[in-house]
Parts: sequence; structure tokens; C-alpha cells
Amino acid sequence: MTTVQDLPQIRGVKNIPIQEGYTSGHRTCQGCESALVMRLMIKAAGPRTIVVGSTGCMYVANTTYYSTPWVVPWMHTQLGSSGSAAMGTAAGLASQMRKGKMKNEPINVIAFCGDGGGVDMGLSAVSAALQHDEYNLLILCYDNESYANTDIQVSGSSPWGANSTFSPPGKVHNIMNKRWKKNTAPMLAVGHPNCRYVATACGSYGLDFTNKIRRALTIGGPTFIHSIDPCPKGWDYDPKYSHELGMLAVETGIWVQYEIVDGELILNGPTKAIANGIRKRKPVEDYLMRQGRFAHFTPDDLKMFQAKIDESWEKWWIPGVVPMSPEAGA
Amino acid sequence: MTIAPAQAAMYQEEREELISGSEAIGIACALADVDVITAYPIRPYDTVMQYVSKLKADGAFDCDFIVAESEHSQFEIVKHASAVGARTFCGSSGVGWFYAFEAIAVTAGLRLPVVAMVGNRALDDPGAFGVEHNDALAVRDLGWMLYWVATAQEALDIALLAYKVAEDPRVFLPFALSCDGSFLTHSQAIVNVPTFEQVQKFLPNYDRGRLLLHPDNPITIAPQVNEDWLMEIRRQSDEAMRRSTAVIKEHYEDFKRTFGRGDPSPFIEEYMVDDAEIVLVGMGTLALPARVAVRRLREAGKKVGFLRVKFFRPFATEEIQEALSRCKAVAVIDRDYSYGSPANGGVLFNELRSAMYAASNHPHILNFIAGLGGREVLVRDINGIVDTTQQAIDIGKIEQETTWVAVRE
Ligand SMILES: Cc1ncc(C[n+]2csc(CCOP(=O)(O)OP(=O)(O)O)c2C)c(N)n1
Ligand code: SF4
Ligand SMILES: [Mg+2]
Repeated sequence: MTTVQDLPQIRGVKNIPIQEGYTSGHRTCQGCESALVMRLMIKAAGPRTIVVGSTGCMYVANTTYYSTPWVVPWMHTQLGSSGSAAMGTAAGLASQMRKGKMKNEPINVIAFCGDGGGVDMGLSAVSAALQHDEYNLLILCYDNESYANTDIQVSGSSPWGANSTFSPPGKVHNIMNKRWKKNTAPMLAVGHPNCRYVATACGSYGLDFTNKIRRALTIGGPTFIHSIDPCPKGWDYDPKYSHELGMLAVETGIWVQYEIVDGELILNGPTKAIANGIRKRKPVEDYLMRQGRFAHFTPDDLKMFQAKIDESWEKWWIPGVVPMSPEAGA
Repeated sequence: MTIAPAQAAMYQEEREELISGSEAIGIACALADVDVITAYPIRPYDTVMQYVSKLKADGAFDCDFIVAESEHSQFEIVKHASAVGARTFCGSSGVGWFYAFEAIAVTAGLRLPVVAMVGNRALDDPGAFGVEHNDALAVRDLGWMLYWVATAQEALDIALLAYKVAEDPRVFLPFALSCDGSFLTHSQAIVNVPTFEQVQKFLPNYDRGRLLLHPDNPITIAPQVNEDWLMEIRRQSDEAMRRSTAVIKEHYEDFKRTFGRGDPSPFIEEYMVDDAEIVLVGMGTLALPARVAVRRLREAGKKVGFLRVKFFRPFATEEIQEALSRCKAVAVIDRDYSYGSPANGGVLFNELRSAMYAASNHPHILNFIAGLGGREVLVRDINGIVDTTQQAIDIGKIEQETTWVAVRE
């Protein structure tokens, strides 16, 4: 296995590196949290990093020929290929370094994918990559909860009921997307016990976010981070509220912030305060009703959504994370 | 560069081995010191991966050998490994090759010199393991060089040539080695195995140069170009494929000098074509029954020859025109189909007939679809093909352009 870089945890927002690896030249929407995620990701990783990204907004809106925002080496990969791209890049480097065909040094390998690319189409390749302990790599799924680049269609990671161009509310069917959002990070953590680091994240918590990237890159082996990224276009709200919506996702308990490090679950920030009873969860309505994609929700829909979130906190084995419970009395 | 001691030890002296076409390609990979190899099981190509994995297990091949979870990933992994400068190998057969098709298409678009083996197989359903050429032929328009191998020796030799041509910066295009399922992949023959020293003399390291994806060379690969630039980029690929003809010739001469074997032309094999009135044309292991049939017909006084198309891409239009400039009729034997195509013929037939349009000689060109799904093409089938073709010469016209050979009607 190749060695990892020395990327210490950052203490305090002011110590986040000033150096940018993702700069001007992109044309993402105003208020695009995924763009912030890219920026934080590469600030944390630093210049000795290769980034590969699957098709989606963070490819199409980012890299226009002659005006790339990437200061680090960057390459596109196919929609379902973030796992394979990470593995191929890491294997290519490792093999050449071992055989003396390339200078031996730690180079970070990060592959990012959207929810469509990672949670749906590329899931099997992500899973395969997480099985290969011999490669150091990070797969970052930036989840804007739709196939955004193709004009906002529901994915397996879209919330129940969300309006999208493939799930518009109509005269007969008010709710077209009847699927509940996939519980991706726990699925990957549970399914790949050798994978040393799986985390959820949110760009609204910048310091936490950069430190998670660093932990993922330095622990060794393949790692996975799933971030929730408010998307003004797909979620239908004023771009100035992106940051606030990210926080609301966490404060309502819809999005749960945690790391799973060597099999140990560590809750972070507001999630931890909620779990410890220090903070109360805000009603989901406070989050949902701020977004046009839920504007068609009836009071019953809201109630049903709230009940599902309550259940995940009150009935699940590990609240918000593991949706099962031990046999009664066992 | 350091070669693993056990790997180096295996190839210190030239020797002969009784091996299959798949094994021959596996040995070529070890000799070329390939860095990253990806595997996924499908018959018949996967015999090469069985062999490679054993070499690796025995310490006789230092490579990253990754068993992918699908063919799509298999080809994506090597694509990305190639972008960071690693020499790569993978392969597939039939529907597996099609499962990877997205990755296969972009590998050519990205000008990455991946070398792949296609163990030609029918595209089942309905279930069939045997050879058909439609799998590999599907990439013919995309920028892959495409070669049809006829013997295990050729498989080893052309695998080495493939790396040298694909990785030549004048070309930088992927290379597919097509091998007829069973007839080549699983059939053993005596193969001359060269030494490491010879191979290293012939094959330099892969150097991606200023296109290397690395922190020391922080480029962006495959940004959005759209109508602004795509046409220019396609044109560059077109130029690269055009240039490949001269590069192949150059490196093939070098190959012959280094290893002391090879044909006059890398593109086509001519077997008694010079004075032939009827020339049979085909690809791959069809050469074996074709040569036997030609020899016997010659003994009977019939002027027949066989032209084997080795490179389907780049297609050796001028050499083929020249080789067919003296004959009266041509019988193209396709181990493939192209439903609804001109004459409802095969792919090779249509390609060749198009190539002959601008030729000075205009022989009758007939098409025969044969050996699909791995059905053996027998000497007597070929005799029948020659008879039908002779009729066209005798009556001065083609009564039926395409004939399915030895098929139940
Ligand atoms: C194989 C394939 N199918 C479909 C597409 C069309 N496509 C391009 S971007 C995209 C959306 C991807 O969604 P996601 O991964 O969530 O990224 P986002 O656009 O939301 O950032 C799709 C479906 C494609 N590029 N490749
Ligand atoms: S559609 Fe959403 S994810 Fe895409 S660029 Fe706009 S805000 Fe970002
Ligand atoms: Mg998305």
C-alpha cells in the first residue's frame, strides 16, 4: 500500500488553508452548495491530489474547455464510474510507484459523484472500491437529491414526495415519488466492514467538513463520505438560504451527521446534541416548507414525513443510522 | 524500472512452449511488464485472466491484478490507470464487451492506449458461447485499432506490437486484439517465447508525456467542449488513426528485426493471391480451413487464393485494392452479420466492397456468411463458396450477393 500524506486535523475555521484548488471558471448556480463542497474538499486535501469526477453538475457546470476551475489535476469519469475511477487512478499510481516507474510519494486520490452517479448507477462500483483495502482513496458523494444536471429528476436519493421533472404533482397523483431516500452511508459502512472510514457531512459545517476529508484521506484504504448539498435550482428556494437549509436538514433530524471510524460510530455537531437530549429536533415542516419542491405537500403529507423521521429517531437500533432493532427481549 | 526477480527469471532464454492463444497473450503481458490488469469472468476470453492470475500468484508477474465487479468497471479502471501513466490490459467477450461499451467508447475518445483482448463470442441471447465477430466489430467506428489474430504465435507477437503502436504519441489510441473463441483462445500450438531483453529492446516504457494526469502536471482531462471544439477533437482522433498506418508499418519492421519473424505486411496476409482468379477473404482462424482448401484446389488446377484481413482498423484499403487488382472474383467470408445492410451482407463484405469502389480492378464481390456461433467452417464449405463464385465468373454476373453457408433453411 502506498503511504498517506500528513494532513493534520484543522483546529478552528481560521486555520482552514487559504490556498484554493477550485477557483473561478466554473458556472454553477448562485448558491450552489456542491460548488462549496468542491472548494472545501480540495482545500482540505491540498495540491498533491488527483480528483476524478463523474458526470453531473460538478462536471458539466464546472469544467468548460479553456476555463477549468481546477488547480489540481482533474479528470472526468462516466456517470456510474466514480468507484472504478478512484480504483484505476490509485492502482495506476501504486503499481508504477512499486515498480520504480514513478516517484514514490503519497498522492491523494479523490473521486466524487452525485447522488445519481453514486447512490443509483455507480453503487456497485463504489461498493467494489470499498472492498480494496490496498488502495488509498476517497469517494465523495455530493448529494443534491436529484439528477440535477439533466434538469432535476428524482434519484434513489431524493426525498419522498419531492417535486422533480420526473415526479411532478398532478391532478390525480399529488405524490409521484413514493420512494424513501436510500440510507447510503450506513449501507456502505455495514456492507464493507474492512472500510475504515465512512461519514456523512454537510457544507454548512465547514470545519467539520474539511476535517472529515482529512480523516478520510489519512486513515488508509478506501473511504466514503456522503454530503448533503442544498441546490437552489432543484430544491427551489432563494440561493441565499443554502447555508441555512443545510443546517435545517441537520436540526430537523432529517440528515444525520456522523463518522464511522474503524467500526465506531461518532455523532457530530447538532446531531450529537439531539441524540444526547441537549437539543430538540425542529419540526420537519421548518425545513420542507422552505423549499418549492415540497410546496404541494398536504398537512397529511407533512404528518407522514414527520412520523417517518420520528420513527428513525425513536425506533431504529441506532437512531437515524441503522433502521432495524434487536429482537424484542434479546 | 525493476522487474520482479521471478518474472525476470522466467524469460531469460528464448524457448518454445505449447500454449493456447490466451496463454500467449498472458505471457505477452508479463513480457511487456503491464502495470494494471482488470478481469471479469466470461467465456472464452477469461482464460487469459486465469493464466495471468496464476503468474501473479506465483510471483512471476508483478502487476496490480483487479477482479472488477463488472466489465464496465473493468474497462473504467484501466482507462483511469492509463491516464496516470500505467500500462494496462483487460478484455472481454460477447455481451461482456457490450456491457463495457460506454467505457470502451470513451477510452478511444480520450486517446488512452489501453490494450484489450476480445475473445470473440456470439452476442447471446439465445445462449451461445461460440465465435462470432460482431462483438469486436462494434467498435469499428470509435477509434480502436482492431486486429484479428490467427495463431497463438501471432497473438503473442501482436500483443507486443499493440503496446508499441498504441503508446506511440503519434497514435495514442487503444488497441483490441480479436481472437476467435475456442479456435484460438483454447487451442494450443507451439509458440516461440522471446526474452525480456528482446522485448525491452523493442518496447519502451509507456510515457504519457504532457498528457499525464499527475500533481506535477495538473491538467484537466475531458472538460465540456460541445459544438465549440468537439469537431476539432474528433478530427485529431481521425488524424491519429490515419497516422497509425505508417506507425504500424514502422514498428512492425522493427518487430521483425528484433524477433526475426513476421509477414511481409502487418495489415494483410496473402496466400497464393498473386495469380489467383478467385480470392477468398476472411479474418481470424478461418485462415486454417481456407489455406487447406486453397492448397487442395490448387492441386486440382484451380487458381484460388486467400487474403486474410489482419487489421480491420485501420483498414488497409490500398493494400487490399492492390492485392485484388488481378483477380476476377472475390468471395468475402464473414463470421458476422449486419442485418439490413447493403446486400444484407456481413460487415467485412460491405467494408471491402466499399474499399474496392475506387479500385482500378472491379472483380465480382460475393458474400458468404459462415461459422456463426462457433459452427466450424469446413473445407467442403469453402469448396462450395469457390463453386458459387466460379459461377459468377462463368455467367458474368452475380445472381445472389449474399449466401448463408451450411445453414438449415
Ligand atoms: C450513462 C449515462 N446516462 C445518463 C447520462 C445523463 N446524465 C448526465 S448528468 C446526469 C445527472 C447525474 O446526476 P447526479 O449524479 O445526481 O449529479 P448532479 O447532476 O445532480 O450533480 C445524467 C443522468 C449520462 N451522462 N451517462
Ligand atoms: S442545479 Fe443545483 S447542483 Fe447543479 S449547479 Fe445548480 S445549484 Fe449546483
Ligand atoms: Mg444529484
